[in-house]
Amino acid sequence: MAAVSSMRKMYGLCFHAVRQTAGRKASRLLQHRAFRVTAVHQQQPFDSSLEKPQFPGASAEFVDHLEFIQPNVISGIPIYRVMDRQGKIVNPSEDPQLSKETVLNFYQNMTLLNTMDRILYESQRQGRISFYMTNYGEEGTHLGSAAALDPHDLVFGQYREAGVLMYRGFPLDLFMAQCYANADDLGKGRQMPVHYGSRDLNFVTISSPLATQLPQAAGAAYAMKRENLNRAVICYFGEGAASEGDAHAGLNFSATLECPLIFFCRNNGYAISTPTSEQYRGDGIAARGPGYGMLSIRVDGNDVFAVYNATKEARRRAVAENQPFLIEAMTYRIGHHSTSDDSSAYRSVDEVNYWDKQDHPISRLRHYMTARGWWSEDDERSWRKQSRKTVMEAFERAEKRLKPNPELLFTDVYQEMTPNLDKQRESLWRHVQQYKEHYPLDLYDKYQH
Amino acid sequence: QKRRFTFNLNCPTQKMNLFQSITSALDNTLASDPTAVIFGEDVAFGGVFRCTVGLRDKYGKDRVFNTPLCEQGIVGFGIGAAVAGATAIAEIQFADYIYPAFDQIVNEAAKYRYRSGNLFDCGSLTIRAPWGCVGHGSLYHSQSPEAFFAHCPGIKVVIPRSPVQAKGLLLSCIADKNPCIFFEPKILYRAAVEQVPEEPYIIPLSQAEILQEGSDVTLVAWGTQIHVMKEVAAMAQEKLGVSCEVIDLQTILPWDTETICKSVVKTGRLLISHEAPITGGFAAEISSTVQEECFLNLEAPISRVCGYDTPFPHIFEPFYIPDKWKCFEAIKKMINY
Repeated sequence: MAAVSSMRKMYGLCFHAVRQTAGRKASRLLQHRAFRVTAVHQQQPFDSSLEKPQFPGASAEFVDHLEFIQPNVISGIPIYRVMDRQGKIVNPSEDPQLSKETVLNFYQNMTLLNTMDRILYESQRQGRISFYMTNYGEEGTHLGSAAALDPHDLVFGQYREAGVLMYRGFPLDLFMAQCYANADDLGKGRQMPVHYGSRDLNFVTISSPLATQLPQAAGAAYAMKRENLNRAVICYFGEGAASEGDAHAGLNFSATLECPLIFFCRNNGYAISTPTSEQYRGDGIAARGPGYGMLSIRVDGNDVFAVYNATKEARRRAVAENQPFLIEAMTYRIGHHSTSDDSSAYRSVDEVNYWDKQDHPISRLRHYMTARGWWSEDDERSWRKQSRKTVMEAFERAEKRLKPNPELLFTDVYQEMTPNLDKQRESLWRHVQQYKEHYPLDLYDKYQH
Repeated sequence: QKRRFTFNLNCPTQKMNLFQSITSALDNTLASDPTAVIFGEDVAFGGVFRCTVGLRDKYGKDRVFNTPLCEQGIVGFGIGAAVAGATAIAEIQFADYIYPAFDQIVNEAAKYRYRSGNLFDCGSLTIRAPWGCVGHGSLYHSQSPEAFFAHCPGIKVVIPRSPVQAKGLLLSCIADKNPCIFFEPKILYRAAVEQVPEEPYIIPLSQAEILQEGSDVTLVAWGTQIHVMKEVAAMAQEKLGVSCEVIDLQTILPWDTETICKSVVKTGRLLISHEAPITGGFAAEISSTVQEECFLNLEAPISRVCGYDTPFPHIFEPFYIPDKWKCFEAIKKMINY
């Protein structure tokens, strides 16, 4: 019995998991903003007359029989959901009761993203862009979480969160500009496709190395805590990236330094070809949170309302209480890892079809909408037509646009141009003047020096 | 072009050793910049080298704080804080332990501005780490890793030789709008003592300093090795009648090619010396550039007196280090070439 109750404590199996930390100051749980720094020394003053442990490292009782704690992976942390697979509300008190306008906005963003994904994936196949990553099946994780944040909350992503950016209003032209690396790209053509970024929309530019964003998100959240402007940070990553050392670093730092931060893990079943059974042996990512002293939850990532509710509450408390939250959104990567991947090499078509047909975030939301008479077949048809048209128009514009001036190869390495780089820039200019015909100058904005 | 900052000697100075001059720079920074924070392992109680003594009490627990024992976390956290607009000063306990943070430094910090098209940057990040031999440090408390970072466009790497230099260069790094790594010669923490201004001042980055002028040989070094070179210059003058020009490079990246090349054009001979292993060490970069720019001016091959291509040994340190005898011998060879 003691083992079970200690397990419950470890995994926080009650829904409204209160932090199971014996001895923590009560003020920790109050719902007002308090800037507590180190609340570490909770132990009582030394008193070896009592038979209680005095170790600084753990707040625990003695036990006199040898028993290893059994990790519970058979029935792991339960998955919070609001809708069933048919879009029907399971527990009405959990329905966020969002307005029709809000819900339609979710749906239109998810489907617009889906449309853009199809067109850009195709464009890579046709050799128009060099690379692409789709978001198929994970649109619910993007929209539900993005909608639960404030616009000035800072987003650190991994690479499969385009829906967050779309929700915030990043225009199709700029998505395309980045993928085409044309002269309109805010990133000045420096990175591979899908490495989006937007200062205005508080979306930090994506980088390829995985999980590097986790400790960065902790640092940003700490700085924002000090500014005291009611801003949170959200940090997205996949279950594969969660194996990186940086993930451990980010989780541990955010907990010890009490950062207003939401860690949002998209557990989509695969890291390229590596299934979760080869990625971890424990109960997913959510089970790691309590190990860091962090409030954690597992949600149905294909249920936009579950994602919304969890993110909203996590955000509220992260800022009010200056502590990090871990949300593990269970979902499925319906598409290939990227255009460089053919997932039929490692998973069955049947498996993919199941998720596409039976448990898709877009379908589930649509069922919810149609049940309320908010969306008809005609609406669907005309919206699909309209969204495809706007995507194609942006696509055509992006195709025609020239690439940036090659001088931009040399800027922004440092804030200022250095003498060394200036010489190199000069050297390239002279070289290209001499060997013009061997360089694709026609594709670029005029090479101004 | 040289904007060497010469401070008014009438301004109040205080006798400080190297670690105290670091504390002074950090104190100035925390006083003037409300966003500035200092963090790393053990900085709260004052740091294992006492560089942060008194700062937590003076400025608060939210500004001077310990992090968990995790260099990749320390640097990653620092990058994020800088991205969010704070002045982030991260301490790595020994340069020997900076490698877990290599990915964050090279792939993230150095490339943040470039890859985002200047939408984001972590220019307000400074990483400090104790550096170089200390007499008994052995493999993991003696390293000079500047060459690894010299190969990384987007960061700056700076190494002071003395308390006055350290404070001015550190303040420059902190003010600089690019992520900087500041290596502090640990053997000098107590041993080097100077009158250091209490007020803040900057010494410009990427400007090598000519410590003494000479006509026959250019000696280039940085950090602790400058003091060796000064002795060598005196020996060369006394025993060989050779006049040496001693230059402190100070900033490894981006480095001041102009000052070095100008000097070699004058003297025709160059000796570069560092503790780090010779192969792929930063002397190789200097040597390569100088032979490109000054080939016809050279009277002798460029000489490098460096550590051997071994890990830094414990009991064999007196044999390992590029001491003044090895440098003296190298000058003799160059003069007699």
